[in-house]
Order: sequence, then structure tokens, then C-alpha cells
Amino acid sequence: MLALWRSTIGKKAVMAVTGLAMLLFLIAHMLGNLKIFFGREEFDEYAHWLRTVGTPVLHNAWFLWISRALLVVCVVLHIVSAYQLSRRDLSARPKGYAHRLRPTASYATNTMRFGGIILALFIIYHLLDLTALVANPNGVEGAVYDNVVADFQHWYIALAYIVAMLALCLHIAHGFWSAARTLGAVSSATRARVYKAVAGTLALIISVGFLATPIGVMSGLVD
Amino acid sequence: MKVTLRIWRQSGPDESGKLVDYQMDDVNPDMSFLEMLDVLNERLILNGEAPVAFDHDCREGICGSCGMVINGMPHGPQTLTTTCQLHMRTFSDGDVIVVEPWRSAAFPIIKDLVVDRTAFDRIIQSGGYISVATGSAPEAHSQLVPKPDADLAFENAECIGCGACVAACPNGSSMLFVSAKVSHLNVLPQGQPERETRVLRMVEAMDLEGFGGCTNTGECTNACPKGIPQASIARLNREYLRASLSGRR
Repeated sequence: MLALWRSTIGKKAVMAVTGLAMLLFLIAHMLGNLKIFFGREEFDEYAHWLRTVGTPVLHNAWFLWISRALLVVCVVLHIVSAYQLSRRDLSARPKGYAHRLRPTASYATNTMRFGGIILALFIIYHLLDLTALVANPNGVEGAVYDNVVADFQHWYIALAYIVAMLALCLHIAHGFWSAARTLGAVSSATRARVYKAVAGTLALIISVGFLATPIGVMSGLVD
Repeated sequence: MKVTLRIWRQSGPDESGKLVDYQMDDVNPDMSFLEMLDVLNERLILNGEAPVAFDHDCREGICGSCGMVINGMPHGPQTLTTTCQLHMRTFSDGDVIVVEPWRSAAFPIIKDLVVDRTAFDRIIQSGGYISVATGSAPEAHSQLVPKPDADLAFENAECIGCGACVAACPNGSSMLFVSAKVSHLNVLPQGQPERETRVLRMVEAMDLEGFGGCTNTGECTNACPKGIPQASIARLNREYLRASLSGRR
């Protein structure tokens, strides 16, 4: 296992597995967010339910904390692998070309590192905003609906969320299909097209699903 | 036709190099790119200057010796073509053509456009072979190979080891090269005894040489003069993960 972690392919596999795990979380998170369109009571009730998942087998909020721990592990492994691989990649070409290489890859592919940094910063802000509530304009514990609505009354907060979701869309569009390839799943040109289409669709569905909340609040659909 | 060549000149491995302009006033469009460099070199020699050093051998597109980055594209603008098979008619009159060596920490420059690609040789030595009993050749049909496997092996065996994949990759990764060799040998029955050890050792050797990692950009495949598919990289990943989990060393 240590040899696997030391190799470039092993680190990529770690990035792929942790990325896919985070993707699963994002799908659940996005679907949960959409409950905001059913009103304050149902949304707050859903948020409260998240603390009781797994009871009585698990103690109150244990499921939540186990999930959080697993997500932190995923985020850390993903970032550490990305950092170590990027350093290696950059030192593999100490002197660049005078005539820039003509990239044929997509915008999403060429902005993975930059987009990843944006997402990491966003996650920190997002946790301070709606989990720790220190950066939230309303900031009342348990009043999840009001906290979210209070956020998107401010155009700059809405803008930050929208930019982050566009970065997420691009990150998933390359990330999902790259993860499939890293784990050895894309073994022909036909399958590559299928995986690319799935990646694009997933990226679009997830980002549109997340963007529905700020747009819903700003358009007055949610208030 | 007239073109301006802007060529990387570096007199030795430890010297600092620079781009130097050469005006070519009478280029025959039917010349290959290397023939055009030959003409330049004859002129340089007559003028008492050092000719531009570049690698070449077969000039038929099959040996993998030649290779230079032309206007930001390894082997130039024509797809599925080595530099020796690239013709000047691909360019337009008055073009400025920037010619640079492969840029990779694992391919140090020896002189001008010549780079040291023995890193590839060391990767091959680590596992890019099959062990066979020597002696008379066995009966050809004694070992059956399914047609799709034979086709796949052949497609990957086309790799000439020129290094364009490394030159094109934004990470300077040699994954396409290694994936071609592993795909070629691991799919055939003759390659089965060393299936796991081959991929483990070749990837280890690849990492030791200082190549970057793969980020699935696909630049390698687009630059490859032999069209080694990106799917080979997926196969290499699968073979490597499978071998790692098998416990073999």
C-alpha cells in the first residue's frame, strides 16, 4: 500500500476515489438543499433530521459527525495528493517553451488546479457561513431557512456562491471522467464519449441544483 | 518559399541556450522539415558556423529518432506525422517557425535540438520485454491469440518511443509511452508470466526518472505520431492498480 501511495498512479487513484466520494456527498447535499422550495418548516425539519439519522443505533448527531470526519479525510487526501502531484508535474518541466504549447484540452481540464483552489477557499467560507454561522448575516442556530435567505439578500454573497458553483461545475466535468480513467474504467474511445457525457450531465445537474437556492431567493421564490 | 527559422541553439548540456533566427530564402515546398534543416546546415558549415544538431535516422517515420517542437507542437502541425515526414508545404510563405527541443527534466538537452532519451531505455529495461526460451522459433500457431487482442497489441506496438507525448504533456508525463508498452505486452499470452511485475517495475522506473503524473488532458495522444490512444492510459492504470492489489512485487 505504501508503494501505491508513493507512485503517481496511486496518488491519482486516491484523488479519484476521494473525489467520487465527495461527489456522492454533493448529490445528497444538492437534493437536500432543494427542500428549501417546500417552505421554512419542512426545510428546518429536514435540517434537524440530519442530526437524528442513525438513531437509536447511533447517538444523536453521531451520523453527522462520522460523515463530517469522512469528508475531512477525503478533502485532506484529495488536496495533499493534488499538491504533491502538482509539485512533481511542475518540476518535470523546469524550462518551458518559448512558443507556448497549443493546448487541445478543454477549459475545464486546464483549470483543475485553479478551480480546486477556489473550491477549497469556498468550502472554508461556506462552513464559516452556514455551519459555524460566524460569517452569516442572520446566524441563528436551527433557523436554517432564515440563515440561507439572509445570505442571498446580499448580492456579493450570492455572487461568491454562484462563482464557486461554476467552478464546481467545471471541476466535476473534468474530474468525474478523469477519475473514471484513473481507475481504469474508460478503455475505448466509445466508452470515453459515454463517460464524458455522463460527467458533463452530472456537472450540470449538480451545479444547477445548487444554483437553484441563490436564484430562488434572489428572484423572490423563496423568502 | 521563404521562411524564418527561430531555432534553439545550445552548445552543450550545461551551457545556456538561446533562440537564433535564420532566414531561409529558397525553400522547396516538397522538402521534408529535416531536409530543409540539412540545407540550412550546409550553409552554416560553408560559413564556418556550427550546424544545428538534431536527431534523425530512418527518415521514414518509423524509428523514433527525430522530434522537435515546432511552433508549440511536437513534430509540427500535421497530426500522425513525425518531423521527418512533415513537409514544408504544410507551412506558408513568410512563416516564422519556432523550433525547440523536447522540454523535460527527464530528457536533458545534449546539444541544440538533441535530447537524452535514455530515460525511456531504462523504463524498457525495467520490464518492457518478455522472457522467452531461446532456440528455434516455436510453431506459429501453437499459441492462439484472439484477433481483438492481437489488434490491440499491434496498435500499441506502433509506439516508436520518440517522446512527443512527454514533450506535449503540460506535466511532462510519460504515461502514454509506458501505457503503450504495458498494453502491448500485457494483453498477449506471451506477456502473462510478467504481467504484474512488468507494470509495477515500469511505473516505478517512470516515477524515478522524474516524469510528471497524468492529469488526463489528452495532449499526448493528440501529439503522438502513431496515434496511441488515450484508452491505453486507462489500461495502464487498471493494470497497475490490479498488480498493486495482487501483492506481487
